[in-house]
Amino acid sequence: MTALWLTLLIPLAGILLLAFVGHLRAAGWINVVLSGSTFITSLWLALTVFDGGTLISPGRMLYIDAFNVYLVVLTALVSLTTAIFSRPYMRHEVETRRLSGRRMRLYHSMYQGFMFTMLAALTTNNVGILWVSMEGATLATVLLVSLYRTPEAVEAAWKYFILCGVGIAQALFGTVLLFFAAERVIPVRDDALLWNVLYGSASQLEPTVLTLAFVFLLVGYGTKVGLVPLHNWLPDAHSEGPTPMSAILSGLLLNVALYSLVRVKMLVDGSLQNNLAGHLMMGFGLLSFMVAGLFLHRQRDIKRMYSYSSIEHMGLMTFAFGIGGPLATFGALLHMTVHSLTKSAIFVTVGHAAQIAGTQTIDKIRGLIMTQPSVGWGLLIGTVAIAGFPPFGVFVSEFLVLSATMKSWPWLTVPLLVGLAIAFAGLFRHLHPMVYGEVPEGQKPVRANMLPVMLQLAMVLWLGIAIPVFLAKWFEQATILIAGSSPL
Amino acid sequence: MELAQLSLFNQAVLVLAALALLTSFLMLAQGRKLPLIYTYGWQGVLLAVTTALVAYVTGHTHLYISAVLTLALKALLIPWLLHRLAVRLNVQRENEPIAYPSLLLLAGAALVVFSYYVSLPIVQFAASATRNIIAVSMSIVLLGMLLMITRRRAMAQVIGFMSMENGLFFAGVVSTYGMPMIVELGIAFDVLVAAILFGVFFFQMRASIDSLDVDRLNRLREVDE
Repeated sequence: MTALWLTLLIPLAGILLLAFVGHLRAAGWINVVLSGSTFITSLWLALTVFDGGTLISPGRMLYIDAFNVYLVVLTALVSLTTAIFSRPYMRHEVETRRLSGRRMRLYHSMYQGFMFTMLAALTTNNVGILWVSMEGATLATVLLVSLYRTPEAVEAAWKYFILCGVGIAQALFGTVLLFFAAERVIPVRDDALLWNVLYGSASQLEPTVLTLAFVFLLVGYGTKVGLVPLHNWLPDAHSEGPTPMSAILSGLLLNVALYSLVRVKMLVDGSLQNNLAGHLMMGFGLLSFMVAGLFLHRQRDIKRMYSYSSIEHMGLMTFAFGIGGPLATFGALLHMTVHSLTKSAIFVTVGHAAQIAGTQTIDKIRGLIMTQPSVGWGLLIGTVAIAGFPPFGVFVSEFLVLSATMKSWPWLTVPLLVGLAIAFAGLFRHLHPMVYGEVPEGQKPVRANMLPVMLQLAMVLWLGIAIPVFLAKWFEQATILIAGSSPL
Repeated sequence: MELAQLSLFNQAVLVLAALALLTSFLMLAQGRKLPLIYTYGWQGVLLAVTTALVAYVTGHTHLYISAVLTLALKALLIPWLLHRLAVRLNVQRENEPIAYPSLLLLAGAALVVFSYYVSLPIVQFAASATRNIIAVSMSIVLLGMLLMITRRRAMAQVIGFMSMENGLFFAGVVSTYGMPMIVELGIAFDVLVAAILFGVFFFQMRASIDSLDVDRLNRLREVDE
C-alpha cells in the first residue's frame, strides 16, 4: 500500500517543487531523480501485486490489478528514460531558442504534472476520477505544446486543447450515462462509479443505456487514443511541442487512453452479452491503421511522420482488443508495451537528429550515420523495430494479432497485411536518405545520451526473442482479466 | 405524458430546462461578444436554480453544494473572467457576422430532435420528473458543439466549449441527482483550470498571429503539398 501512495505522491510533490526551482541548471537532474524514485516505487508496487494479487486501497480510492500494474511500471519507466533524455536536450533548447526561466519552470513542473495525471488515471478505482485525470493530462500538456510560442506551436496547442476538450466532454457524457445505469442497481450511490463494484454487477446493468454510454466513451477516449477520424490534434501536438513531450505523449498518453477504453469495454461486454463494443473498436481500429499508414507517405516533418506511425499502431491495438479473444488480447498487451518502448526511443533519437540538422524537415536531415553514428544507428534500428521486423518484439505482437485475426476473421488479415506493407514502405522511403544520404556541409554532432534508447531497444529485442517468465505470467493474468481465459 | 398531470416541481424543472435550452439557442445566433458572455452567465444561473430545486424536492442535500458550486463557477467566476479578458483584449464591441443565421437555428432545432430520438430508449428508465432532461442536456452539449463549429473567433469557441460543460453538468445533476461529490469537485476544478488556460491562450494567440481569428491558424496541414 505504501508503494502505491508513494508512486502517486512523488510526482505530486514534484509539481510543486519544480514549479519553484524548475529554472535552475539542476532542475533536469531533479526531474530525473523524481522520475527515478517513481520508477523504483512502481517496481515495488508491482512486486506487491505480483505476490498478493489485486489490491484495493482502504478507502477504495485506488484499484490495482494485473492489467493496470504493468502499465504503471511502463509509464514510470518511459518517464524515467525520457527525463534522462530531456536534461541535455532542454539545455540545448534553452541555449538555441532562448527559453526563459519561467518557461523552464512550467516545463519541468508540468512534466511531473503529466506523470501524476497518467498514474492517477491508471490507478484510480473511480470512473469519474479517471475522466478528471484524463482531462487533467490535457490541461497539463497543452501549455507545453505551445512552449516555443511560434504561430505553428500556438495553432497546434489550440487544436489539441479544443479537439481533446470536445472529445473528452463526450466521454464525460458517457460517464454520466454509465452512472445513470449503475445507480439503479447499486444500492450505495457513491459506490456506483467504482470499478470493482461495477464489475461485480455488470450483468445487471441496463444494456440499452450502456450501449449509448459506450458510444460516447469510445468517441471521447478514442479522441485521446488518436483514432481516425478524431486524430487531427495528434500529429500537430507531437510535432510542435518539445521532443520529450512527443515521446511521453506517444509512449504514454495514448496507452492510458486505450487502457480506459478497454476497461469500459470489459464492463460493457459483461452487460451486453454480445460483441457490439468489440465490433466498434475493430472498425475504428482498422480505419485508423489503414489511413495512418497512407498518411505516412505524405509527410515532410520527421516528428509528424512518426506520430502517424503512432496512430497506426494505436489503431492496430484497438483492433486487437476489439477482436477480444485471449490470443488477440495477449498480442495487444504485448504490443502496447513494445510500442511504448520503441516509439519513445525513436522520438528521443529524432530529437537528437533534429538538433544535428537544425530542422525537423525530412528533406534536410541527411547523413546521420556519418555525422553521429549513435544517433543514425539508433534511428535505423528503432525504425526497423517499429516496422515490425523480426526479431524485435513488435514483430511478435503483430504476428500474434495476425494469427488471432486469421482464426476469427480470416478475410481481415488481408487489409492488415496490406496496411503493414504500406506503413513499412512509408517509413523506409523517408528513413533511408536520412540515415545514409550525403552529409551536408558543417553538420556537427550534438551532445546526446543514447544509453536509454539502446536500453529500451534492447528490451524490445529481448521481448521479441524470449518473454521473461514473470512478464509472461503478468500478461497472462491481465489477459484472463480482460478476455476471460488464458492464451497459454 | 400529460404535462398538467405532473407535480408543480416537475413542471418547474421542465420550464427551467426549456429556458436553459433557449439560452443555448440565443448564444447560437449572438454575434456580439458581451451579450454572448452574459447569456452564458444566465445559463449558469438557470442550472444553479434547477440544481437547488432538485435538491429541495428530492432531499439530496449534497446537491446544494453542487448548486453553490455552479453558481459561483459558471454564473459568476467564468463569465467574469471572460468579460475581463474581452475588455483587456479589446474585443468587447466586436460583432462577428454569422453566416446563414436562420439555417443555423434550424440545424440547432434538428439537433434537439436528434437528441430526443437518441435518448428515447433510455428515457423509459428515468424517473418521470427527469424524462425530458436527458434529451435537453444532450441538446445543450450538441448545440455547444455547433456553436464551436460555426464560429471563427476564439472567444466564441470557448463559450461553446463551456456551454457544453454546462450541458454535461446538467445531465449529471438532473438525471442522476448528481455524481459522487469527489467526481463533481474534480470536474469543477478541471473546468476552472481550462477557463484560465483559455485566457492564457488568447494572449499567446494574439502575440503570435495578432488576432483571435482561428481561421488564421492554418499553417499545419494533414499532408504537405
